[in-house]
Amino acid sequence: MMSREKFPDDMLVCRCEEITAGEIRQAIREGARDVTGVKRRVRAGMGPCQGRTCEKLVQQILCQELRIDPRQTGRSTARPPVRPVPFGELAEGVSKNDL
Amino acid sequence: MILEKDVVVVGAGPAGLAAAIEAAKAGAAVLLVDLNLKAGGQLFKQIHKFFGSRAHYSGTRGYDIGKKLVKEATESQVEIWLQSTAVGVFPGNKVSIERILQNGGKKLYTVHGKTIILATGASENVVRFKGWTRPGVMGAGAAQTMVNVDHVKPGQKIVMLGSGNVGLIVSYQLMQAGCDVVALVEAAPKIGGYAVHAAKIRRAGVPIFTKHTIVEALGDAEGKVSGAVIAEVDEKFQPIPGTEQTIPCDTITLAAGLKPVVELTRLMNCASAFEPVLGGFIPMHNQDMETSVQGIFVAGDATGVEEASVALEEGRIAGVAAAQALGLLSQEDAESQKQFYWNRVNSLRSGPFGEKRLAAKQDVLQCYQEQIHTPQPEVMIGGLASGAD
Repeated sequence: MMSREKFPDDMLVCRCEEITAGEIRQAIREGARDVTGVKRRVRAGMGPCQGRTCEKLVQQILCQELRIDPRQTGRSTARPPVRPVPFGELAEGVSKNDL
Repeated sequence: MILEKDVVVVGAGPAGLAAAIEAAKAGAAVLLVDLNLKAGGQLFKQIHKFFGSRAHYSGTRGYDIGKKLVKEATESQVEIWLQSTAVGVFPGNKVSIERILQNGGKKLYTVHGKTIILATGASENVVRFKGWTRPGVMGAGAAQTMVNVDHVKPGQKIVMLGSGNVGLIVSYQLMQAGCDVVALVEAAPKIGGYAVHAAKIRRAGVPIFTKHTIVEALGDAEGKVSGAVIAEVDEKFQPIPGTEQTIPCDTITLAAGLKPVVELTRLMNCASAFEPVLGGFIPMHNQDMETSVQGIFVAGDATGVEEASVALEEGRIAGVAAAQALGLLSQEDAESQKQFYWNRVNSLRSGPFGEKRLAAKQDVLQCYQEQIHTPQPEVMIGGLASGAD
């Protein structure tokens, strides 16, 4: 079991987008009720890692603030590419000679 | 252009390798992709000997199991693409793969798999405390990769948080690599992992702080970790003010469990279940390891965090089932092979840890039976599973 102490407001939660616990709480006060709601308001989980690191932390804060169960926090929507890919590569395509 | 394969397996850890081997043995044209430099997944980090029965390689070190599987896959004509990342799965079973070429360039390939087996494994959970983003705070699994695969010490003085098997084994291996584990911190009243691993840590004289947690990572002038502030916790795991103490260290490793990597099953709208014992949201599957979407199979930690031996058996089941779906195995053959592997996988799910996992897995199978019943073509699932995510 991990401890469930409150996150200090100035603690970073989403390191890709540099979003703090305080900003996530503010988003919840403004009406966010799930992971997607938090993401839309403050961009937590929108960076290069797409929430792989912070999604569970955001879920924990939602659970603490709203007194809900982790399954009620939902998850953000998965979208391709699931790992960052440069535009050039996407545009280039593949010819038979590459194989 | 699109490449055609009978089976595309994503992830070449124990589950993916086993799945690829079984499908290829049955005669399928198999492509196995993995983003790492080497196939074998976590097995190459596991320098310790496995225990259990001979069928599960007891007494064999993880990396030797890895070597054996890679050899078997190669001999079975499995095509293996390394440094190749599956970045998407699209309608019509098309897998988009970013592959690093020999000249260092990268290319995107689209491969159509008549069946797809997703064995993408798990990623480490983080623990939050003030300063957790400082350089020097890392996952225990990352530290294990550094010492056992890359032969680089993550630091000299390590504070380990979490005393499950990963925390215990990695602490010991860090010591073997020449690091000092200056504290093992655990919020629960007692050590979480197996006694045999805990005994090694105790004998080495590592200070163990049960009922404690890390409340802050201190930093030096450059911001890098210079110490861990730990505190005692109450029965609700809240730090008790006034009990703080500082342990000087340069590295903090977090062994706080793992979560399944499931982006690809989510892209396919595979229905999921929530099982905390198995790491959270996982794709539901039936006795064939087939998800709610026809032709999409899962195996290993991606479908619930367990252990390498379980991943191997689940991979074998998925590989056999995929070959069966392709008509490469007779029903009788396939059923008897799957039954054999199911018996073995369930024999691994025993003991106080295993029984909980067994119950959770049975719950997944039962939910599948009730909610999905038969795998659906993906076009129908789009409408059916709209409430799943």
